[in-house]
Amino acid sequence: MTSSPARTPFIVRLGRSLDARSWLLIGLFAAFALVAVPVMHLLLPPGNPLHLSTYFITLTGKILCYAIVAVAMDLIWGYGGILSLGHGLFFALGGYTFGMYLMREIGRDGSYQSDLPDFMVFLDWKELPWFWTGSDHFLWAVLLVLIVPALIAFVFGYFAFRSRIKGVYFSIITQALTYAAMLLFFRNETGFGGNNGFTDFKRILGYSITAPETRVVLFALSALALIGTLVLARFLVTSKFGRILTAIRDAESRVMFIGYNPLWYKLFVWTLSAMLCAIAGALYVPQVGIINPSEMAVANSIEIAIWVAVGGRGTLIGAVIGAFIVNLAKSWFTVSFPEYWLFFLGTLFIVSTLWLPQGVVGLYRRLRAGRSNRQESANDAEKGAGKARENCGAPASAPLAAAKGASA
Amino acid sequence: MRTIRLIVAGWLLGIACAHAAIDPALLGPLASDGNDAKIVAITALVDGAQREALPVLKAMARGSLALAGERVVIVDGERVIDAATNAEIVPAPEVTESIGINNRLRRELASTLAALRLFSSDREIRWEAAQELASGADAEMLPLLEKALASEADPEIKARLQMAYAQGSIGSSDAVVRLSAVRLLGESGDPNVLQLLGPLTEKRGDSWAEPDSAVRAAAGTSIRAIEKRLAFAENVGRAFTGVSLASILLLAALGLAITYGVMGVINMAHGELLMVGAYSAWAMQSVFQAYFPNLLDWYLLAAIPVGFCAAALVGVLMERVVIRHLYGRPLETLLATWGISLFLIQVARTVFGAQNVEVANPVWMAGGIEVLPNLLLPWNRIIIIGFSVAVLAAMWSILNLSRMGMFVRAVTQNRPMAGCVGVPTGRIDTMAFALGAGIAGLGGVALSQIANVGPDMGQGYIVDSFMVVVLGGVGQLAGAVWAALGLGVMTKFLEGWTGAVVAKIVVLVIIIIFIQKRPQGLFALKGRFVES
Repeated sequence: MTSSPARTPFIVRLGRSLDARSWLLIGLFAAFALVAVPVMHLLLPPGNPLHLSTYFITLTGKILCYAIVAVAMDLIWGYGGILSLGHGLFFALGGYTFGMYLMREIGRDGSYQSDLPDFMVFLDWKELPWFWTGSDHFLWAVLLVLIVPALIAFVFGYFAFRSRIKGVYFSIITQALTYAAMLLFFRNETGFGGNNGFTDFKRILGYSITAPETRVVLFALSALALIGTLVLARFLVTSKFGRILTAIRDAESRVMFIGYNPLWYKLFVWTLSAMLCAIAGALYVPQVGIINPSEMAVANSIEIAIWVAVGGRGTLIGAVIGAFIVNLAKSWFTVSFPEYWLFFLGTLFIVSTLWLPQGVVGLYRRLRAGRSNRQESANDAEKGAGKARENCGAPASAPLAAAKGASA
Repeated sequence: MRTIRLIVAGWLLGIACAHAAIDPALLGPLASDGNDAKIVAITALVDGAQREALPVLKAMARGSLALAGERVVIVDGERVIDAATNAEIVPAPEVTESIGINNRLRRELASTLAALRLFSSDREIRWEAAQELASGADAEMLPLLEKALASEADPEIKARLQMAYAQGSIGSSDAVVRLSAVRLLGESGDPNVLQLLGPLTEKRGDSWAEPDSAVRAAAGTSIRAIEKRLAFAENVGRAFTGVSLASILLLAALGLAITYGVMGVINMAHGELLMVGAYSAWAMQSVFQAYFPNLLDWYLLAAIPVGFCAAALVGVLMERVVIRHLYGRPLETLLATWGISLFLIQVARTVFGAQNVEVANPVWMAGGIEVLPNLLLPWNRIIIIGFSVAVLAAMWSILNLSRMGMFVRAVTQNRPMAGCVGVPTGRIDTMAFALGAGIAGLGGVALSQIANVGPDMGQGYIVDSFMVVVLGGVGQLAGAVWAALGLGVMTKFLEGWTGAVVAKIVVLVIIIIFIQKRPQGLFALKGRFVES
């Protein structure tokens, strides 16, 4: 990105990346998450019809984290054309690095009353491994959450993109990477609690982790993180960077011939996406109370892709909607009809790839385009249908419409 | 003494079938009072009835010989066996008196038994006896071994006996005897010998366990020689398990080599096609159990075509309903087939239950070939290696020799042109996919013999088999074969050094690095395939 003589200030460009209605919606959402939810959960008595239960807070908080992952996935898949089957790894890494801090916060309240985390006492370790150094400092943990997954993503991405691995090859290799990491974390010797992972957290920054106030704060942080992710992603994809990224997705060779090096564009968005996943993971762990290697399972990472596919690839709000639809369905199915959940999920994969290439958002747009067609004159109708088709075929113009989709 | 009993017990199993009747007049005196009388009776029995005497003497040494009235019988738990005919007596008669023995008799019996076998006129029996003695003989056997060595003419048996003699004489008080024993033992390939030699080189307190320095040095040399031999056997064993793993990977990946390698379709449900094949094997086993119980051992032969057809059928359905709409969109295909795989897993869970089902090895696949003392090659692995080679050959001929194979290759290389000259490309796609799926089914049948059969079994193979295809390169069978072999053998050798999990991680990392260097795999097709 070259600097133009009269450059618009960053904050203005950031503000302009979304239209007024989208900002309004974001404001409404923020008000709900930061004001309404705490009031309805903490101040209203449990009998009140407007009271929000702990279950609601935990479930929604969890899905908010998933939504961040979905937006991160949408950034690289929807706009970069890179389907990662390894985002579960970055999510789990974020969770693990923050989980280390949470484990240290337990202090001597574990079942063995030792300074070491319980699983280390169980393994008869005498001192913390070197990579646990400093894990009792909150800021260091936050730093690690940002740095470790980003570093891994950067190194892996550098080599992968440099040798121009793309498409399905890239997907399979990320899958292998995640699989290898899962095997590694399953080992007790790795120093991350083996198959049990980290659990039994007690405190975060000295506050009880199960206290309603802590839950509400974590919920609000997740909501803020999601808003931040959405705005940042939106800013990126509408900027010149985003244009080049979509160009790389659609015709990498041509972008190279024009004189861009796709490596750095891909690498940047890939690393950013991994960092966003790690943040989501770090917010997820204290809310759910456990992190174990099964988060890195192959199936989990593919599920992330289906959130995005269901909501609509290349539409940022679609990723959020998809994450909510699939995960709400999941918690409903696994409670009511556990045996049908896989049928549902499997069908969702097939249906969304076969008949909903643009997901729910695309479906909504098509329906709306169809309705306006009927009302307007034949001439206009043809134009509108053409536009709708264009939207389905080339998601390059999708981000613009995505914000409008947000009003759904 | 216990060793000898074990030896005889093992040998007894073999001899029991070829048992002829013994004259009851020879058996009667065994029950006489007094040890001397019994020893006379034993000698008489051995002289009178060479081989047939063995089970009786064995039973006697065990203390399970008894009298039922006048008849001498062997008590085996609930069963009562006539010592004269070695046949079970039904109904079991009342046992009136058991024939007791003391230590002196026990010794006598043991050496008689060993001698019976070592001096047998049957070469096989002598060989077996020597073989067993060579893996554990003690000083008590020395006089007998000396005699046997003197009379043995067969060089192979003689070498074994010398080994046994060395083992027996290693505790001798004569340093010269010990030295020759230690040197002789150095030629063994038996891990048990190491335990025998090991203490000789160790210090006990301040002094050496072995006072003579020459013997100590010889023991050290012998230990090194044996360890070298053992390491060799271990490496051969690893290579074998590596090839065995490779054959499984190959069976899992061959189908993928067609669907992904040739057709370019990413099939994440491939593992579930393996599962379909494995469940067909289980189903055939159940069918045979119910309708042809006497042919149960051959259910596997029936399972092969059934597994192929079942998986191919599922494959055709998948291709017709879903995949054909997604040609040219690999990422969508990946997701849709993943959905199919979830669907199939749940179907298997609903139909067959979430638990693993039991698929038994047929009798002819049990056991193995012992190549070296510490190296056993199991039959089921050998058969699966052979099977995968056969499947590979069949697939190669279909692709290269048949008309359909020619069409498949034509469609792969240039779809529009193939269509122009009249190849029904749509139908060829379906058939090629069915072939790939059917081969996965065959892989599943083979897997059912060595792995757990359950709804989730396919998931474990998907990453590995994709690695094989990615490493091998798209579009060729040779790539898949070499990649499977390389991965299998490398994994097993790494496992030997680092343990299973780390080995797997290292292999995955190596693949990732390898792909950096050669993104198109080991055997990239040259030209023609310009990337989109």
